[in-house]
Amino acid sequence: MSQVVFDKPKALTDAVLHYCPGCTHGIVHRLVAEAIDELGIEGRTIGIAPVGCSVMAYDYFACDMIEASHGRAPAVATGVKRSMPENIVFTYQGDGDLASIGLCETVSTAARGENITIIFINNAIYGMTGGQMAPTSLIGQVTQTSPYGRNPETQGYPINICELLATLEAPAYLERVTVNNVKNVRNAKKAIKKAFQNQVEGKGFSLIEVVSSCPTNWGMTPQKALEWIDEHMLPQYPLGVYRDKENGVGLAKKEA
Amino acid sequence: MSNYEIVIAGFGGQGLLFSGKVLAYAGLLEGRELSWLPSYGPEMRGGTANCNVILSDTPVGSPIVDHPNVLMVMNAPSLDKYEPAVVEGGKIFLDSTLITREVERKDVEVYRIPATQMANDMGIPGLANMILLGAIIAKTGCIKEEGIEDALKKVIPARKMDLLGSNLAALNAGKEYVA
Amino acid sequence: MSEKVLMKGNEAIAEAAILAGCRHYFGYPITPQTEVAAYMSKKMPKIGGTFLQAESEIAAINMVYGVASTGKRAMTSSSSPGIALKCEGISYMAGADLPGLIVNVQRGGPGLGGIQPSQSDYFLATRGPGHGDFHVLVLAPSSVQEMADLTVKAFDLADKYRMPAMLLADGTMGQMMEPVELPEPKEVTADKSWAVTGTKMERKHNIVNSLYLKPTELEEKNIERFERYKEIEEKECLWEEFMMEDAEICVVSYGITARVSRNAIIEARKQGIKVGMIRPITLWPFPKKALLLAADKVKSFLSVELNMGQMQEDIELAIQCKRPVGLCKRVGGMIPSPEEVLNSIKEANK
Repeated sequence: MSQVVFDKPKALTDAVLHYCPGCTHGIVHRLVAEAIDELGIEGRTIGIAPVGCSVMAYDYFACDMIEASHGRAPAVATGVKRSMPENIVFTYQGDGDLASIGLCETVSTAARGENITIIFINNAIYGMTGGQMAPTSLIGQVTQTSPYGRNPETQGYPINICELLATLEAPAYLERVTVNNVKNVRNAKKAIKKAFQNQVEGKGFSLIEVVSSCPTNWGMTPQKALEWIDEHMLPQYPLGVYRDKENGVGLAKKEA
Repeated sequence: MSNYEIVIAGFGGQGLLFSGKVLAYAGLLEGRELSWLPSYGPEMRGGTANCNVILSDTPVGSPIVDHPNVLMVMNAPSLDKYEPAVVEGGKIFLDSTLITREVERKDVEVYRIPATQMANDMGIPGLANMILLGAIIAKTGCIKEEGIEDALKKVIPARKMDLLGSNLAALNAGKEYVA
Repeated sequence: MSEKVLMKGNEAIAEAAILAGCRHYFGYPITPQTEVAAYMSKKMPKIGGTFLQAESEIAAINMVYGVASTGKRAMTSSSSPGIALKCEGISYMAGADLPGLIVNVQRGGPGLGGIQPSQSDYFLATRGPGHGDFHVLVLAPSSVQEMADLTVKAFDLADKYRMPAMLLADGTMGQMMEPVELPEPKEVTADKSWAVTGTKMERKHNIVNSLYLKPTELEEKNIERFERYKEIEEKECLWEEFMMEDAEICVVSYGITARVSRNAIIEARKQGIKVGMIRPITLWPFPKKALLLAADKVKSFLSVELNMGQMQEDIELAIQCKRPVGLCKRVGGMIPSPEEVLNSIKEANK
């Protein structure tokens, strides 16, 4: 007698992912799909794909999907959620999309406390266009458009999205996780599921920042890229819960 | 005269658009063809403002009044601007408390009404516009007097309906002044 | 027949949209269209609808994109500079075959321009407002009544052909009040089985998307869309003829300038000049056939508009340059007086 011990989540389609070898998008897609499966919400979930490497996420998630223009996914999500409040709405966005061109939509949607879930992939680089500097690129990081390393005097400093959004009153939940080892993947899963659970329970805006790797554009082997996360990314982007409203974590204003 | 092309002009805040609306609503209740067009701009108070009202028996073409046959003015710059535009035989109603100069045109009928002074004397400052409007209605017949109260009820916001009486009193004072 | 009410053009748009079943409005303040937003902010919460003052024009059109994706009626409104910002989203709506209403109460440009009435977004509206090869339906009201009626029409056509529609008004139309008979409220009946509403685990997922990386596929999508456009040009052109029976000069004008032209034409007729008007009500589709037919009867055309002659070019194309097309224009927020139009008519009559 055989037993299934490992299977693909139902919330993923059978389409073959187009991501580069070693890219962590695949892991995060799976975690999102597992969360959807476990909460039993696929039939009422609407996902919104960004512009960036995960642009074709609409082919991979089995729920209804929308492809948004660059950076506007939170605005699109706002429209969807306002018109269908009973549905579960999530966006899946990269750092160029969410933290650069769409920063206004990101901050405003968070400030309104829209009851949606955002999965934010931060790999500190523009992947789809071939490795340009991102708003989250590290100081000194060499990219196609920062060939001498990111120079803060001319190119500014990285944007820490969780810390930035934690200055707002409205967000219900903000957490930064990573997926570079088994333990971290498990934590990421918990966070992502909580971000969806929050929406199901009507708690409001939840964003999970996933510190991710881009071996191709970082110019490393997948293994080395995962190590680079520990060595270089996490010092700039510390893991942790930046806002957990119901548990009084990271509130913008001290309770009187 | 069954076609009234009216310009109401003065400073923002004098209730010019309101006066125009009273005419427009009265026209609506009479089933007339009409249009009401305000000037609009960045100045909410104190700047020049005007509104164009057309009351007609035939469909209104352009809502822009280039040549009014009725002009109501509440400041000197507006008189300077619109006096030359009034058609021959047209009527000018001006607030003589605020406009001291004479109208130069000899081919128009001029009604000088100290509306601001009258409103102050009556204890209803801010209703000089309605005093002038009362004179216009009496002298032109552009709208029927019996419809005015209903029109006012449409134009005055519900929370200010206690002002209905003073508006009617102002209209009446204007009418009597030119009687 | 419902009772006539007195409304500003901008308010008539808002009320008509609600009567047409629109329950989702997203906007951003800009003169001279702000009354639309103000009206919606009062009304929508009372009828269970959404009014949201978005963080930008861009966000507003993308919120419309989101609602439209779920198959519901949504709209945004703005004025020229804000419409330019929305063009990205309009292009995506066209690319994803999404219906929706964009109201443009035009003001003078380019740049920040001015706030007085203009028709200088004619090209922007009629050439597909955004990147890529597409059209939006463009309806140009010339009265407050049409502000209401064409709002309803725009929603219906947008649903029918799955494409965005633009109501192209101007500051005068938005600000003026006229008696208006509001349309009857109605149920939206269009088939929207393509919408994302959740699969309910009963069907394969729907995808709202404008990305086609295979050139052959993208080509096919574009060609299909233009076949739809062809059908629209055949079936949906709207225009009004005024005193055209024996006209030798044909004024072509829409919106506020059509109103001014009407006065000028009546005066010209008094002076014995045989002049009439074709007033396009849809600017896209442009009533080419009506104009081409008129070209066989009249000596010349006169385009009266609030720009440097944008529609003039469309008239020349429509009549295949069979007759001269003059231009009577004011720009920058100015509106020609009936005398100015009359002078242009006399010029054309020489």
